[in-house]
Amino acid sequence: MALDTQRVTTPAVRVRDLVRGFGSTAVLRGLDLDIAPGQFVALLGRSGSGKSTLLRALAGLDRGVAGTGEIDVPDQVAVVFQDSRLLPWQRVLPNVVIGLDGPNADRLGRDALAEVGLAGRERAWPRELSGGEQQRVALARSLVREPALLLADEPFGALDALTRIRMHALLRELCQRHGPAVLLVTHDVDEAIVLADRVVVLVDGAIAVDRPIELAQPRSHRDPAFLSYRYELLTALGVDAE
Amino acid sequence: MTLLLDSAKKSTVDVRPTRPRLGPGRAIPYGRVLGPVVVLAAWWGASAGGLFDPRLLPAPDTVLAAALDLIERGTLQDSLLVSLQRAGIGFSIGATVGIVLALLAGLSRSGEAVVDGWMQVQRSVPTLGLIPLMILWLGIGETFKVVIIAIVVAIIIYIQTYAGLTGIDSRYVELAETVDLSRARFIRLVVLPGALPGLFVGLRLAVTGSWLSLVVLEQINATSGIGYLMFQAQNYAQTEVIVVYGLFGFVSDGLLRLVERKVLAWRSTLSG
Ligand SMILES: Nc1ncnc2c1ncn2[C@@H]1O[C@H](COP(=O)(O)OP(=O)(O)O)[C@@H](O)[C@H]1O
Ligand SMILES: [Mg+2]
Repeated sequence: MALDTQRVTTPAVRVRDLVRGFGSTAVLRGLDLDIAPGQFVALLGRSGSGKSTLLRALAGLDRGVAGTGEIDVPDQVAVVFQDSRLLPWQRVLPNVVIGLDGPNADRLGRDALAEVGLAGRERAWPRELSGGEQQRVALARSLVREPALLLADEPFGALDALTRIRMHALLRELCQRHGPAVLLVTHDVDEAIVLADRVVVLVDGAIAVDRPIELAQPRSHRDPAFLSYRYELLTALGVDAE
Repeated sequence: MTLLLDSAKKSTVDVRPTRPRLGPGRAIPYGRVLGPVVVLAAWWGASAGGLFDPRLLPAPDTVLAAALDLIERGTLQDSLLVSLQRAGIGFSIGATVGIVLALLAGLSRSGEAVVDGWMQVQRSVPTLGLIPLMILWLGIGETFKVVIIAIVVAIIIYIQTYAGLTGIDSRYVELAETVDLSRARFIRLVVLPGALPGLFVGLRLAVTGSWLSLVVLEQINATSGIGYLMFQAQNYAQTEVIVVYGLFGFVSDGLLRLVERKVLAWRSTLSG
C-alpha cells in the first residue's frame, strides 16, 4: 500500500501519551501510535503486555479503567473479538446486520456473508457453525458497517492452523477491498508479517519497535527477508530466535 | 440428511466406540404424559381390585362420569370460565408488573437499589397471608382476588426474570456497545432474549401459583369458580371433582412448555 502518500494525510488513529493501569500497576505508560487511513498494522507483544488494554481503549470499551492521554479514532469503528460473540438466540443474518438501519440492511448482510464464503447460511443458528465459520460471520458483521477502523483482538487465536491460514487470505482480501485502517492484535509473529503493512511491538507499556514490512503479497515464509523480519521481531519480544 | 446418509451407505456395518453417557440422553417420546398415564393405570387397577375405599378415592371412571356430568350441566365450563377470567386478569397484570420491575432492577443501578431490596423482602412474605389485609383494603369482591393473584405472579416472575437478566453474559453487552445499538434495540435484541429462559421458568411457576391461589381465594365468599366448585365438592364429599382440577394444572403447564420449546429453539441444553 502507498504508505508515503498516506502519511501526509491526517491519520485514522492518533494516540498520544496514553496511560492505562489496573490498581497500582501501569500497563500502558505513555504510548504513542499513529495509523494511516487504510493501513494494516499488527500489534505484537508478550502475553500480559497490554495489547488488549490498548485495543479496548481504542474501541472505547475501557470506561472503568484508570488512565490519561489522548485518543483520536474515526466515527466508524468495528471490533472483532477472539470469540465470535454471535448472539446465540439470533440466526446468522440478523447477527450480521445487528444495529443496522434501512431497507438495504438485509441485502448488505447477505452480500457480506457471501463475501466471507457463507452464502446460503443466513438462516443457520450460530451453534450450527464451526469455529472458523462463526469467526467469518463476525468478520461479515464488522465489514457490513464499512468501518474506517477495524480493531481485531487475536481474532484467529482459537482457530486451528489450517483454518487460520485460510482466514489470513480472507482477511487480507477483505481489507484490500474495503480499505479500513486495521489494528490486529496477535501473539503470532508469522501472522503479523504475513498480513501487515507495518508491525509494532508493545514492550513495557510503549511501542518499542515500529517496522514497516516491505514484502510483496503473497508473502512466503521461506523468503530470506521474511526470516529476517521474523528474527528481528522475535528478538524484540525477548525470544531467543536462534 | 437422510438423502446424504443413503447415498453414502455402502455397508450396514456400524462399529463405534462408546462412552458412558452423562447427560440424560434422548427424550422419551410423549414422556411427560407417561408418568400420569402410569399413575392412572395403577389407580384404575387398584380401584377395580377394591383396594381403595371409593368414598376416599373414587375410581377413574367415576371421576370421568362426574366430569362429564359437570360438563353436561354446564357447571364445569361456567366455573372454569369465571376462574380463568380471574386468573387471566391477575396473571396478565402480575406478569407485566413483574417483568417491568425486573427490567428496572436489571438495567439500572438506581432501579436495582429501589426495586430489588423491596422485592426480596416481598418474596419472604407469604402472599396468601395478606388476604385479610387485602379484604380490609379492597373489600371482599373481585378486586382483592385479582390483586392477590397479581402479587403472587409478579413476585415469582420478578425473581426468575431478574435472575435471568443479571445472568446475561457481559460479552454480549460489550458487543451491543461496539455495534452502537440503541437502548431500545439493546433491550429487544440482547436483554429480553437473554432473560427469556429465566422468564419461562417464572411463567411456569406463576401459572401453578395462580391456580393455587385461586383455590384458596374462591373459597372466600365466592359463589362461582373452580375453587368454589371444589369447596362444594369437599362439603358434599364429591372427591371426583377435586381430581378433575389436577388436570388443569397439567394442561396449562404443558401448553407453556410447548411455547417455550418454540421460542427457545436456539438452545441446546441437557433437556434438549
Ligand atoms: N480488568 C482487569 N482487571 C485487572 N487487571 C487487568 C484487567 N485487564 C487486564 N489486566 C492486567 O493488565 C495487564 C495487560 O493485560 P492485557 O491487555 O489483557 O494483556 P495482553 O492482551 O497483551 O495479553 C495484565 O497484567 C492483566 O493482568
Ligand atoms: Mg489479550
